[in-house]
Amino acid sequence: MKKDIVRLSIGSGLFVAAIVVSLSLGMPFHGEVPWESWWSFLRMAMFLPAYFVIGGEVLWSALRNILRGQVFDENFLMAIATVGAFVLGECIEGVAVMLFCEIGELFESRAVSKSRDSITELMDIRPDYANRKRDGVVEKVDPHDVALGETIVIRPGEKVPLDGVVLTGTSLLDTKALTGESVPRSVSPGEEVLSGCINETGLLEVQVTKVFGESTVTKILDLVENASSKKSKTEAFITKFARYYTPIVCISAALIAVLPPLIVNMGDGALWMMWIKTALSFLVVSCPCALVISVPLSFFGGIGSASKCGVLIKGSNYLEALAKTEIVVFDKTGTLTKGTFNVTELHPSGMTKEALLDLTAHAESSSSHPISQSLQRAYGKAIDPSRIGAVEELAGHGVKAVVDGKTVLAGNKRLMEQFHIPYFTGETEGTIVHVAVDGVYGGYLVIADEVKEDAAKAIGELKASGVQKTVMLTGDNETTARLVGERLGVDEVHSELLPGDKVDEMETLLREKSEKGKLVFVGDGINDAPVLARADIGVAMGGLGSDAAIEAADIVIMTDEPSKLGLLMRISKKTRSIVLQNIVFAIAVKTAVQILSITHVLDDWILWLAVFADVGVSILAILNAIRMLRYRDKENG
Amino acid sequence: MTKTFTLEHLDCANCAAKMERKIAKLKGVREVAVTFMTKKMTIDTDDAAMDAVIAQAEKIIHKLEPQVVLVERR
Repeated sequence: MKKDIVRLSIGSGLFVAAIVVSLSLGMPFHGEVPWESWWSFLRMAMFLPAYFVIGGEVLWSALRNILRGQVFDENFLMAIATVGAFVLGECIEGVAVMLFCEIGELFESRAVSKSRDSITELMDIRPDYANRKRDGVVEKVDPHDVALGETIVIRPGEKVPLDGVVLTGTSLLDTKALTGESVPRSVSPGEEVLSGCINETGLLEVQVTKVFGESTVTKILDLVENASSKKSKTEAFITKFARYYTPIVCISAALIAVLPPLIVNMGDGALWMMWIKTALSFLVVSCPCALVISVPLSFFGGIGSASKCGVLIKGSNYLEALAKTEIVVFDKTGTLTKGTFNVTELHPSGMTKEALLDLTAHAESSSSHPISQSLQRAYGKAIDPSRIGAVEELAGHGVKAVVDGKTVLAGNKRLMEQFHIPYFTGETEGTIVHVAVDGVYGGYLVIADEVKEDAAKAIGELKASGVQKTVMLTGDNETTARLVGERLGVDEVHSELLPGDKVDEMETLLREKSEKGKLVFVGDGINDAPVLARADIGVAMGGLGSDAAIEAADIVIMTDEPSKLGLLMRISKKTRSIVLQNIVFAIAVKTAVQILSITHVLDDWILWLAVFADVGVSILAILNAIRMLRYRDKENG
Repeated sequence: MTKTFTLEHLDCANCAAKMERKIAKLKGVREVAVTFMTKKMTIDTDDAAMDAVIAQAEKIIHKLEPQVVLVERR
C-alpha cells in the first residue's frame, strides 16, 4: 500500500513536469500523432517515464494474462486504452487515465480492506483460548481441545470460550456482542453461560456442556460468515450483467473503431482517429467494478449492522426480500406476549385489592394448576397454612376452601352459577377467577399472558414501513385473542387454532398476497418449525441459547424484543435503496459517456469523462455502500 | 464433503465471480461459493472428487489472480 502511494506520487511528479515542460515549449495540449514529426515524437517521449512508473505493473499483468489466455480483464482494457491514447497523440489523457485508475484501485482496495476489518471486528467474539482446570492446575488451551464435562476458569475481562454451567462464582456477563443488549446479565452457580459473552466482574468456574464446534459462538459466527454465500437476486443479476456487459462493450468498441471509417471513407486518417478515440472511451467504461463491488458490499454492511443489534440474517436474499414484505404473521404466545401467566387485573367488590389477592392465594394454595402458581407469584408472601381449613377441589369449576373460618369460592363462572352467585359478565383479556366469600360475590382477578412492552411499537413500526397487513395466530380463546389483537393494533386475529391449523392459515394468507410480495412469519422457533419453513421469510425470536430457533429460521432475533422487526425493516429498506442508487447511478453515467462519445460532442474531453465514469463512479458507489456498514438506527442508537 | 478456504490477497470482485463460475463447472462439484467480502471459498463436492477439484480450482484461481494464496480453514 505504502509502496503504491510512493510510486504514484513519483509518477504524478513526472507527469506534472512533462505537462509543464511540453506546454512551455509550445507543444499542444491535445493530440498530435507522434509519427507526424520528430517534434511530436519528442512530446510523446516526455510522457513515457510517467506512464511507465504509474502503469508499468498494469502493462506487465496485462501481458502476462494474455499469455495465459486470460483476455478482457481490467489490466488488458487499461493497457489497450492508454496505449491507444498514446498512439493517437493524446499523451496527457493516456497518462491521466492510467493515473486515475491506479488511484481508484488504491482507494478501492483500501475501502475493501477497511470494510473487511470492520466485519472482522464484528466477528471479534471468537474466543482465542480457554483456561482448562485439571486436578487443580489451570492451563491455557485452544477451545477446540476442551472436552465435554471438563472445568474451565473464566477470569474477569475474558470471553466465555464455551457454553457451560456455572459451578462456583457469581458475575455479570456482557452479552452485547450477541444480543446488542447493553444491560449485563447476572449469573450464579447452576446457571447457564453462553460462549461469546464477556465476563465482567467475578471469577467463574464453569463446567463445559458443549464442545467448541457446537457452542453458541461457533454457531453464530458460522451463520454470519455464511450469510454472504446465499446471494440476493440483485447480486445474481449484477454478476450476470457483468458477465455480458464487458464483452459486449469491448466488441462494440472494436466495431466502432473499424466500421464507421470503413463505411464512410477508408482513406481519411482524421476519421479513423476520431472513431478510435470513441472506441477507447468505450473500453475505459467497460469495467463493471462499481457494481460488482458495491452491491455485495451494501448487503454485507446491512447484515453486519443487523448483527451488531442482535439480529442474525442468514443470507442477503432474506435481507433483500424483507423490503417487499406485505404480510407479517405473528405467533402470539412467546412472540407478542411473554408466555408467562400473571395476575394482570384485580377487581374487588366490597373489599380491598390486597384482601382479595390474599384470600384467593390462600384458597388456591394447595392446587398445582398454573393459575394457582401465578396467584402465589402475585401474592409474593409465604402462605400461612394455619389459616386454611377444609379444601375441596371442584374439577372444571375451581376450588372451595375455608380461609380464616370463612368459606371462599374461587373459580370460573360455572362455579358461581352452581352456587347462584351473581358475577361480573364483561370481557377481559385472559382467564377470570371469580371469588365469593360466604356466599357473597367478592370480585374477580384476571390472569393473563402479559403483552411484551414493545409489541405495540413493533406493529406500529411495521405499518409505518409499508407492511400492508399484520396477522396474529394463536391457540388461545377468541375473546382473549381479539382483545390482545385490538390493543396491539393487529389487523387480523385467528384464534383457537391447533398447531396443524396454523399451517392451513398460512396457506390462505400466502394466496392473499401479491406475487412479488413476501410473507414473514415471526415465532419463538420452538413449536412452529413447519410454519417457519412455509413462510417466505421465517423469523425466530429469543434465539440466544436456543439451537432449535437458530436452525429453523431464516432470521434470528437474539433477544425477546419484537420491536427489532422494525429495525430489520429499516435496515432492509435502506440497503435496498443504496443498492438501487448505485445501480442506477453507475449504469446511467456509463451510458451517458458512451452516448457522448458516439456523438462526438465533447471529443476533446471524452477520455477524461470516461475515466470518471469508471473510477469516479466506482469510488462514489463504494462510498455509498460503506454507509450501510456504518448504519446507526435512529430508534436503537 | 465440504471444505472452506480463505483466499488471501483476493482483491478483485469480478475475478471472484469468475472463479465461482468456472469452479462450479468442474466435475464433481456440487456447490461452490466464493465470497469476495470475506475472502472465503466454500466447496462442496463428491467425496472422491475433492482432491482433484481442489487442485483444479487452485489452477483456475491462480490464472485469474496469481497472488492469491489458499489456506484451508478448520
